[in-house]
Amino acid sequence: MIKDIVIEAKDFNFYYGDVRALTDVNIKIEKNSVTGIIGPSGCGKSTFLRSLNLMNNLILCAKYEGQIFIEGEDILHKDIDVVELRRKVGMVFQKSNPFPKTIFENVAYGLRINGIKDKDLINQRIEESLKGAALWDEVKDRLHASAFDLSGGQQQRLCIARALAVEPDILLMDEPASALDPTATLKIEELIQVLKSKYTIIIVTHNMQQAARVSDYTAFFMMGKLIEYSKTNLMFTNPEHKITEDYVTGRFG
Amino acid sequence: MIDRKFDEELNELNNKLLKMAALTQESIYLAVESVKNRDKGLAEKIIKNDKAIDEFELEIDDFSIELLARRQPLAGDLRFITTGMKINGELERIADLSVNIAHRALDLSDQPLLKPLVDIPVFSELAVNMVKSTIDAFVKRDADLAQKVIGMDEEANKLRNIIQRELVEDYIAKDISTLSRGLSLFLVAQHLERICDHAKYISEAVIYLVSAKVVKHQKA
Repeated sequence: MIKDIVIEAKDFNFYYGDVRALTDVNIKIEKNSVTGIIGPSGCGKSTFLRSLNLMNNLILCAKYEGQIFIEGEDILHKDIDVVELRRKVGMVFQKSNPFPKTIFENVAYGLRINGIKDKDLINQRIEESLKGAALWDEVKDRLHASAFDLSGGQQQRLCIARALAVEPDILLMDEPASALDPTATLKIEELIQVLKSKYTIIIVTHNMQQAARVSDYTAFFMMGKLIEYSKTNLMFTNPEHKITEDYVTGRFG
Repeated sequence: MIDRKFDEELNELNNKLLKMAALTQESIYLAVESVKNRDKGLAEKIIKNDKAIDEFELEIDDFSIELLARRQPLAGDLRFITTGMKINGELERIADLSVNIAHRALDLSDQPLLKPLVDIPVFSELAVNMVKSTIDAFVKRDADLAQKVIGMDEEANKLRNIIQRELVEDYIAKDISTLSRGLSLFLVAQHLERICDHAKYISEAVIYLVSAKVVKHQKA
């Protein structure tokens, strides 16, 4: 069913010390699609998301087994260039976390640490990224104001702009709209639909309706296992497993 | 397992649909009786009762839309509410067709009997049986029974053709003075056949409800 695979996990297991957080995860993710990851708290969905750009490696006791291929390359191989991986696989978090800098500097930061010094190129990328994150029109006259002057929804879109500036291929989003009001949430969801033409997006969400609205595919995790993975319309009209049905209809305790 | 207030609401919707089904079933049964017994009073009663069925249809629609808006249901819950709305509409159409039959009963009761009714009672029984079975299939969430109902529709088409051909060839074509009575019976057969169609549509909805399989628009 998947046409152009950009991410593939094979028998992926993940441990925090002795605790197994993910068990034998096998999944293929399609290029330029939106994949929603749902499941109860502690099911391993964020752990899986964070595995895709090796964010978990910052945790000392973390161990893993198996393979994760991104664009054909096994990112769990010891020779992987983590900085390059994280450029390719950007991430947006639940709480917007702009740097205590200006709007301009927030977006410029990733460019500078990637060694880009050309001012014209930086200006151009900042405009493109802010436009890409649907924020440009709201901030173009105050690029040098503090990022903290922005509303919560704008800050989250600034974080998306910051992720876009380094031209990633994949965007990981961990509950990107859970702290936002419905209007700001709608803007993020609309933005996701626009962004998927250029990026592959994986979004972790507790909000089932949000997964139903934005994603092409949905993955349901439970107790560290990938229980069900299918096209979103199937997942939310006729899930294959009883436990998925119980979870998406709120019967699951 | 979480106790859900929503389950109570879904149960309420189910009960409303069963009441709608009972009203409809009564309406079609009485309509058929009014033709067979040339019972003017009964026919008038059916026509009068239809208003309550129409109102009940709207009540079920409102309730369903409210559940969709407030609960934003998914999976089996979503299939139940959407098919429930569809079944509600089909039942209302069946009740309307019963009213049409009652109108023909009124026409016929003022005129001498054209012929002893033989095939129409058989056809009526088939229609009543199909409606009853399709509702049973809904109550029991029984896809096999629903499939049987779908299979019965062919018999309904055959009966309609036999009855209508006989009326045209043996009566109307031979003696134009039979036109009015012949046409009324012709239409009764037509309405009965449409009732069977709606019973079939309900069965298709039941199959979707139970198994998420779409069996609409499939040639046998």
